[in-house]
Amino acid sequence: MSKSDPNAPKRLAIIASKGTLDWAYPPLILASAGAAMGWDVSIFHTFYGLTLLLKDIKAEVTPLGNPAMPMTMPFGPEGFQKIDWPIPTAVMATPGFNLMATTMMKKLFHDKGVASVPEMRAMCVEAGVNMIACQMTMSVFGFNKEDFIPECTVGGAGMFLDYAADAEVQLFI
Amino acid sequence: MTPATLQAEKIVDSSGDLCPTPILKLSKGIKEIQIGQVLKMIATDPGAEADMPAWARQTGNELLDSHKDGEKLIFYFKRAK
Repeated sequence: MSKSDPNAPKRLAIIASKGTLDWAYPPLILASAGAAMGWDVSIFHTFYGLTLLLKDIKAEVTPLGNPAMPMTMPFGPEGFQKIDWPIPTAVMATPGFNLMATTMMKKLFHDKGVASVPEMRAMCVEAGVNMIACQMTMSVFGFNKEDFIPECTVGGAGMFLDYAADAEVQLFI
Repeated sequence: MTPATLQAEKIVDSSGDLCPTPILKLSKGIKEIQIGQVLKMIATDPGAEADMPAWARQTGNELLDSHKDGEKLIFYFKRAK
């Protein structure tokens, strides 16, 4: 049930505001899980979260300015894989470091049995999650609707709040 | 009911998958059986132990049995609607 209609399915309203590989996961995981529970789900993509709607997701991850990120190797013996390498900040700022960190994080997720971000998004779309692009940030950053997956709709704060007002679960990520 | 007496119409094996893939495969699988029929779900994700009963509560389908078989978690669901 949604709040105003006891016969309607439960609602989940998510704001996805970040576009890095690590932050791409939580909204897509929760949205797909909600849809799998038979809920009505919308994700409002705003600011850097908009990039999760691009046809080709380029999400990367960096340990720079993110000291809690474990720097472990996704290969080698078990003991080796548990070592959290102390990478100096200056090294993190060198060209190619983001790409390396991103490649390793993707491999780690894949090896552990987690679906990739494009796969997770495809599962959300297939399950009927309403993927909304924020019109204001599209205009600010110069994105066109054609840049995004065709399943996305475009809306604003009013549209999202109208939907979220009737949702049991509302999350800002 | 004990697992030995349960006849599953369909088996969904999500071994090796982590959250949320097991419940996505489960929700897909349950739609492929008829109301009243039973689905057997196999998972190795430790999180599935709590996620599977939660999915049943939210969707209204019935969790008939759950048990461990070595590394594997086994669940039997009856499609209720």
